[in-house]
Amino acid sequence: MNLFCVGVSHHTANVETRERFVGHAAIDRILREDAGCTEALLLTTCNRVEVYAASEAPVPTARIARCLLAKGMVAEDDEMEAFYRHEGQQCVQHLFRVASGLDSMVIGETEILGQAKKAYAAARESGAAGPFLHRLFQRAFRVAKQVRTRTGITRGAVSVGSVAADLAEQIFGHFERRKVLLLGAGEASERTARALVKRGVRDIRVANRSVDRAQALSALVGGCAVPIEEWETHCREVDILISSTAGRTPIVTRQNLAPLLRDRLDRPLFIIDIAVPRDVARDVNELEGVFLYDIDSLQSIAQQSLALRRQQIAAGEEIIAGHVHDFSGWFVAARERMLNPAGLNEPSLRASES
Amino acid sequence: MDRALLIISTLCFFLAMVRTSVAIKGRSYRSAGFNFSAIALGFVFQTAFLSVRGHSLGRCPLTNLFEVFIFLAWSVSLIYLLIGTAYRLSPMGAFTAPFVFALQAFALLAPIDVPHPRVASPSPWLEMHASVSLIAYGAFALACVAGLMYLVQERQLKSRQINSMFYHFPPLTDLFASLTRLLWLGFVLLTLGIMAGFFTGQPLPYMKVAWSLGVWVFYAAILLARHLGTTAPRSIAVLCVVAFSAALTLLWGITFLSQAPSL
Repeated sequence: MNLFCVGVSHHTANVETRERFVGHAAIDRILREDAGCTEALLLTTCNRVEVYAASEAPVPTARIARCLLAKGMVAEDDEMEAFYRHEGQQCVQHLFRVASGLDSMVIGETEILGQAKKAYAAARESGAAGPFLHRLFQRAFRVAKQVRTRTGITRGAVSVGSVAADLAEQIFGHFERRKVLLLGAGEASERTARALVKRGVRDIRVANRSVDRAQALSALVGGCAVPIEEWETHCREVDILISSTAGRTPIVTRQNLAPLLRDRLDRPLFIIDIAVPRDVARDVNELEGVFLYDIDSLQSIAQQSLALRRQQIAAGEEIIAGHVHDFSGWFVAARERMLNPAGLNEPSLRASES
Repeated sequence: MDRALLIISTLCFFLAMVRTSVAIKGRSYRSAGFNFSAIALGFVFQTAFLSVRGHSLGRCPLTNLFEVFIFLAWSVSLIYLLIGTAYRLSPMGAFTAPFVFALQAFALLAPIDVPHPRVASPSPWLEMHASVSLIAYGAFALACVAGLMYLVQERQLKSRQINSMFYHFPPLTDLFASLTRLLWLGFVLLTLGIMAGFFTGQPLPYMKVAWSLGVWVFYAAILLARHLGTTAPRSIAVLCVVAFSAALTLLWGITFLSQAPSL
């Protein structure tokens, strides 16, 4: 019995190539009946298309690739070069890395684990996943959980919106009673507002030159539109100010903000300036209780988080190595029990790779 | 025997401190659970030490500067364990453990464990005055720790230099709320402690009274500024650190200069 993985990912192929090999509804059946796999599972995400399979006889990579193409399509030579193949222990290690987010485009992202669980559930339902893949994927889910909890691989936000939301959380704790003012109703402020709504913000006010756009955005995020001329009045009440107007000069300056803060000394004001050119004068950050973050500082924190996640890869690999060794032991024993009940020696999983 | 218990306790705090330092250096701060356990264990040995010392003295173990320091360290640990759990401030261990370790290590190394010649059992009011005042100092110590944490967080937010500890600290507003609660707890206890001091039936040491009232007035002023809303949270945090540093110095001075057998 061979355990292997064949696929393309963001490491080896562009999105056009990946799109052509997304598989189709009957892929499980085709992989088993036409390609000759005993067990097969298709994992597709926006960044990868991978087949995990177990087979009695070796199955060529080209045959798997053909199964992944829609009917009538032919794989180009350069497309075939994008395919990688991992066998035995390397296949186990690859899946554990994928499930743990170590192989993802954004290192440590957790969405992949949900997608792997879905793919496994679908294969199990169709009967395509047998005892080997069952054990392999169950172990992969365990490994992913351990890597996530024992290392800092998922720590820190890596997008501008979530960095802003994380910072706000570190200032205010809970969001239920927090008030947010959106100055400008651009796409960037919409994304940040959505990140805050997701975390529990209920009071959002949208001030924009175009009233229609303000109303449209406030409807989207469950807030209310307010006249842009009244932004200073609202600024006295809010805890978070998100600014993204298309103005050429700063709207919020030290001179116009300082008087608004006089009666709210014990309440911090978090200002997120996503506009380019900036809406908020830089020296506003020097005011007591004001925390000003522009697009550059948010991006720099996101990059910092990514760098920190990269530092955790070694710790994740160490956890994975232990599990790979463990799983390999089980695989060899199970294969012997299944295929050779008389007790004849089978070549080991590790030896089969050499 | 009792010093051995204290050494074990000090080692527990040392472990919590080292573990945190290593975690911070490795930029993966994940030691809050370990800190809590190490401090809890350190507290158990502190309690055992104070209990053994109290039994051998036949009174509350506050007869010299050494015991005062250990009682203060015990108060800080006690309030940390209680407040830490209640207000989700367990990461305070990052600052609490080094503080308690420093107090105990100093007490163990400095030649301040001098047996006091007076062994007669003091008035219960005097014991209450001394012990309640020291627990108040424990609360002020943690208010100082919360203040330091507030300043560290605030500095990181202002400078936009976020390190790995940042996301493990409590939110800024929660820290400030906890700091206020600790200030109130310390203030109420200090008031009770000072009041108990007037019922000891002994002549009042005027220097001690003046210093104690000075500390009381300082903290009253901080609380007043806090609730009038005229002072920024950052300044309140700075005042907490300054007030406790001053109070600790005064505590030392009082104990050193005082002719009384205890506080």
